[in-house]
Amino acid sequence: MGPAVPSTPPPEAAPGDDAAAAPIIRVEGLTAGYDDFVLLKDVSFDVRPGEVFVILGGSGCGKSTLLKHMIGLYEPMAGHVFIDGDDIVTAEGDARKSILRKIGVMYQSGALFGSMTLLENVRLPLEEYTELDNEAIDLIGRMKLELVGLEQFTGHLPAAISGGMQKRAAIARAMALDPMILFLDEPSAGLDPITSASLDALIRRLAENLGVTFVIVTHELASIFAIADRVIMLDKRKKGIIAEGDPRVLRDTSEDPWVRQFFHREPDAVAA
Amino acid sequence: MAALAIRDTDVGRVLALSGRLDANTIRDVWRDARRALAESSGRPVVVDAAAVDYCDGAGIALIVDLLRIGRREKRDVEVANLKPAFVALLNQFDVGVLDHDLDPEPKRRPAVEEIGAITAGVWHDIREQVEFVGETVAALGYAVRHPSTVRWRDVWVICERVGADALPIVALISFLLGVILAFQSAIPMKKFGAEIFVADLIGLAMLRELGPLMTAILLAGRSGAAFAAEIGTMKVNQEVDALTTMGLDPVRFLVTTRVIAALLMTPLLTLFADLVSLLGGALTLQSFSIPFITFVHEVEGIVDFSDFMAGFVKSFIFAILIAGIGCLRGLQTSAGASSVGDAATRAVVSGIILLVVVDGVFAVVYFFLDI
Repeated sequence: MGPAVPSTPPPEAAPGDDAAAAPIIRVEGLTAGYDDFVLLKDVSFDVRPGEVFVILGGSGCGKSTLLKHMIGLYEPMAGHVFIDGDDIVTAEGDARKSILRKIGVMYQSGALFGSMTLLENVRLPLEEYTELDNEAIDLIGRMKLELVGLEQFTGHLPAAISGGMQKRAAIARAMALDPMILFLDEPSAGLDPITSASLDALIRRLAENLGVTFVIVTHELASIFAIADRVIMLDKRKKGIIAEGDPRVLRDTSEDPWVRQFFHREPDAVAA
Repeated sequence: MAALAIRDTDVGRVLALSGRLDANTIRDVWRDARRALAESSGRPVVVDAAAVDYCDGAGIALIVDLLRIGRREKRDVEVANLKPAFVALLNQFDVGVLDHDLDPEPKRRPAVEEIGAITAGVWHDIREQVEFVGETVAALGYAVRHPSTVRWRDVWVICERVGADALPIVALISFLLGVILAFQSAIPMKKFGAEIFVADLIGLAMLRELGPLMTAILLAGRSGAAFAAEIGTMKVNQEVDALTTMGLDPVRFLVTTRVIAALLMTPLLTLFADLVSLLGGALTLQSFSIPFITFVHEVEGIVDFSDFMAGFVKSFIFAILIAGIGCLRGLQTSAGASSVGDAATRAVVSGIILLVVVDGVFAVVYFFLDI
């Protein structure tokens, strides 16, 4: 195990308000890439408990790569990622399992198990990690699917529903165990505006009422302004963070041309 | 930890929940609460959540379950003193909706309907196979008339995967087949002093039947499954749709190249398998004091050109069957990872069945033609 930061108690105060609160995620000096190619160099930042934290940046800047390092899918070239005080980079066996129990992940493609119905997909983590009886697991699974508006599709296979519905079902599965932290990779992409807005409202509700921390990779500006407490913006030229803070403040006051270009949806002329 | 206290008052029963209600703590509380509700003899029940410190989705599910039971049994069940943050979570759910499954699994069909559906499925599959054969023959005919339209670079790559990469497994199986056949037949033949005729048996059996058939079965398991999985994945990823919308015929693009590659490679692999199995037989017979040159002379004496051609011609037909059925199963893939697996399985199973059936047809035809 690597060095540890203090563990975070269950949230009670309004989430994300206390900037001095111990971070629930701490990324320290993370260097990541593929083979010899370095995509992110010496990246460090904190995520506070209960906040909705958004990772932004242009295509190919390493947003999804950063997310995959944060959830322990990839091993970094250097650096550490602490989840609630424990280093996911060095954790193995039960220690790693205990960290993974605290997080839920929604992948860009949904990644639902094709041979299982939606309800079975959501039931799976509950069956594996809890000792609740069958009826209780069934009810929780159906409630999660109701949360994302799929109560009428519990018995459907993923292949029988649309891409947007698959994404919502994947969010329901990620929420099955009510994890402390939810990682969402492009949750709004491919969703209609109404569903997207409902999803934003759900994220805010879970963050505010349950203190769930969200780490979200998204490009959707409307979503970012609706849900984000804080954002970091990555840039592929600098191989790291070029801006960090409240997205509304960054939009209105940032003097960095890339940040302005992103938030004002300006074409790539600035790059010239 | 979560806890449950049960109090009976003048107006009804109070189920007082307290502590942290989450998936790890509520198992026993949930069971006790259900039992307390069932034993309340129809009196009003109040779920008092004043002492609940934390309540996540599982805790809310417990409360919803109690409300749901009350609704189902037309009982007076209400929740009191739940903190506003948790009330907001509870209000997201409609107990009426959760009271029954809105998407139950369809009931099983009656047996007669089931048999009818299976028969219709088989008939549909046969029709698709016939259509596919027609399309493939047309595409191959077009390729013969217009060789420049064939994507030869793809053909060579597939040739390497089907042919060169299969050499080790074909060599191993054929060699062992020759060895086993020689051993199993030489032991009883030796009792009659007729071990020399084992060379005749191996020569005829391998060149006419086992060489082509075993090579084809190996390729059905190896390349047929690979074709089905590859094209099936392309189908799932909508790559086949992309070809269609670009105006490119998927059969010409995907099937023709594979069938041509299989047609080029299967006969060569069959030749290779014949030679290696004869080598295996010859080496085995050395242990029965039959020299290598004697084995060769014996095989030359019994196997004529028509025997060799009887096996060699079959390998071309087998090639078309293996590649065709693999590609067809791939193109029939519906959606999802499991359907790709199904396509590969069906390619191997139906490929082997077809090989055996066609081999039987060849045996009958050769018999009547006296080949």
